[in-house]
Amino acid sequence: MYRYDNYDQAMIDARVAEFRDQTRRRIEGKLTDDQFKPLRLKNGLYLQLHAYMLRVAIPYGTLNSRQMHKLADIARKYDRSYGHITTRQNIQYNWIKLEEAPDLLAELATVEMHGIQTSGESIRNVSADQYAGAAADEIMDPRPWAELIRQMTNFMPEFSYLPRKFKIAVIASDQDRTALRWHDAAVKIVRNAAGETGFEVYAGGGMGRTPFLSFRIRDFLPAGQFFSYLQAILRVWNMHARRDNIHKQRMKILVHELGEEEFRRQVEEEFLHFETLGEDFPQAEYDRIAAYFAPPPFETGLSEEIDRSDPDFALWVDRQTVAHKAPGYAIVNISLKPIGGIPGDISADQMDIVADLAERYSFDDLRATHAQNLVLPHVRKSDLYAVWKALDEAGLGAANLDTVTDIIACPGLDYCSLANARSIPVAEKISERFAGRETELGELKIKISGCINACGHHHAGHIGILGVDRKGTENYQLLLGGSGAEDASAAKITGPGFDEAGVVDALEKATDVYLAQRQEGERFLDTYRRIGMEPFKEAIYA
Amino acid sequence: MLDVLRLRDDEPTDEPAVTLDSFLDQSNASSVRIEAGDDVRRLLPALDRVRLVEIDFPKLRDGRGFSSARILREAGYKGEIKAIGDVLVDLIFFMQRCGFDSFAPNKPFDPEDAQNALNRYPYVYQDAADGRVPIWKLRHG
Repeated sequence: MYRYDNYDQAMIDARVAEFRDQTRRRIEGKLTDDQFKPLRLKNGLYLQLHAYMLRVAIPYGTLNSRQMHKLADIARKYDRSYGHITTRQNIQYNWIKLEEAPDLLAELATVEMHGIQTSGESIRNVSADQYAGAAADEIMDPRPWAELIRQMTNFMPEFSYLPRKFKIAVIASDQDRTALRWHDAAVKIVRNAAGETGFEVYAGGGMGRTPFLSFRIRDFLPAGQFFSYLQAILRVWNMHARRDNIHKQRMKILVHELGEEEFRRQVEEEFLHFETLGEDFPQAEYDRIAAYFAPPPFETGLSEEIDRSDPDFALWVDRQTVAHKAPGYAIVNISLKPIGGIPGDISADQMDIVADLAERYSFDDLRATHAQNLVLPHVRKSDLYAVWKALDEAGLGAANLDTVTDIIACPGLDYCSLANARSIPVAEKISERFAGRETELGELKIKISGCINACGHHHAGHIGILGVDRKGTENYQLLLGGSGAEDASAAKITGPGFDEAGVVDALEKATDVYLAQRQEGERFLDTYRRIGMEPFKEAIYA
Repeated sequence: MLDVLRLRDDEPTDEPAVTLDSFLDQSNASSVRIEAGDDVRRLLPALDRVRLVEIDFPKLRDGRGFSSARILREAGYKGEIKAIGDVLVDLIFFMQRCGFDSFAPNKPFDPEDAQNALNRYPYVYQDAADGRVPIWKLRHG
């Protein structure tokens, strides 16, 4: 994986010093709260209901064991010995003290980590396929481009105060594991007929209160021109977005108001201008970065055999492992969704165990996923049993990837100052209600947000749940038919909302309709798309 | 405390800045004020008579002025670009990178804070309007 050189290290060290100075000035009263707020947000520090929350960037979801051990140390030293994996492949801590935050960031900097641009009106940490470098279906490892985009977008002076947040994703496979089309901008790495590497570029996606899927703004952009193209997109948005209503300032709204053709025309015009400035990053810099992502030394001649005599292990293998590009290896998904647990939470002790497993069994490589799970990308099939045993002993052995109990949920009203309703108890109740039915119900992605900001991706859920405040009580709306994968779509609301117990009942009725109506090989989403909303509504509101 | 921080050596003009529309209507004005939301490119045909461009930041979080300054520098403008309004000292490094070379904030700067801010980052990742050499060029000679 990528390693900082002296330049990268000097930049994040300077950032820590800057934030230490800003924190001091805030505590001394030289900065008002209004002035300090955007500064701390650009370093990932939110003020939540009970304490400060710090969101740490995991660039393109990639970690090594040293970094994971440091995250565990930080959880023990500055928090309550746990962390929470987010829907942007980051990790956040919930119980941070402002006066300790600079020291925390200084510790992170010792392992090449930071909280830069993980919140606020900035270009957020770039996300990428969690199977990068391992996926059987990728045309190349997308992470060198993701790292290049990190360097393009950190501390970008012109876009110091964007109208709103801006999220970028990078993939290099036909299968999309990043919710690509829900990003403000995204690239799918492709090769053209001449064998040149380029990007399909997407723009204008986003969740929040007004969900939009992005549109393909460019079919093929030569990869070396991406910095100019990205600057063009950002400048058109920065200059022309509304600034009068924070709820209408995301780029998706501008794209919608201008129309795709007019937005594209303006971007292409600005792009021609940027191309004359000669600011694009050269091939040599891509090559320098790509060398860090050279494939690990995979052994050859390994056995493909897996001893499936332990049925629990066999189930876990079937559910949690995915085809690897190298013979004899598998990609292992580590579930952070134990039955009845808090989605995405991981204890400091579990972090240490996972870090050790990554070091011993996966070439020191570990990933975080937007579905709030972890991945060991390169595990020998002959080691799977040992890995499973260790995970199971650590409470990380759940076999539920992409099933009814693999729920995405935001922190909700248990932590978040923006939330209208709690998410975690709903996730726990669904998990307990449906435990053991994962195989019966097949692939079923449930996503829960505690407010309209949609951090829990409810718009992209096969079944989504949105918590709202109705006259002072928590109320939950049910949505059906969303997807964050390559078949992306926005979920539609079923009708009037429910209380906490009622929404779990309604969800079960929806799955009953699916079981009664499904045809051979159909997932819940496929059945919904074939038969439409009506049969579900009839059952839910009968 | 600094009411104005100026990073240029030439004599400042004392001509009051007028709005973009007034400036384009008057053939003898040389100081112009760009409000957030003004299309700064309308000024480009008249750049040869501009000595001072003030760019207003009506609120801290309105970042349109960063693009306005850079567009002027990209068009070859060499005169003064002054940031006025809700300008926080913590932002002047990035403002300078975009082409600002003077600052008249609503709330005066602490001189020490201003020096710290200007010298905060030893390197830059990207090209901008200040001519600083980005890290990728340093890496590859």
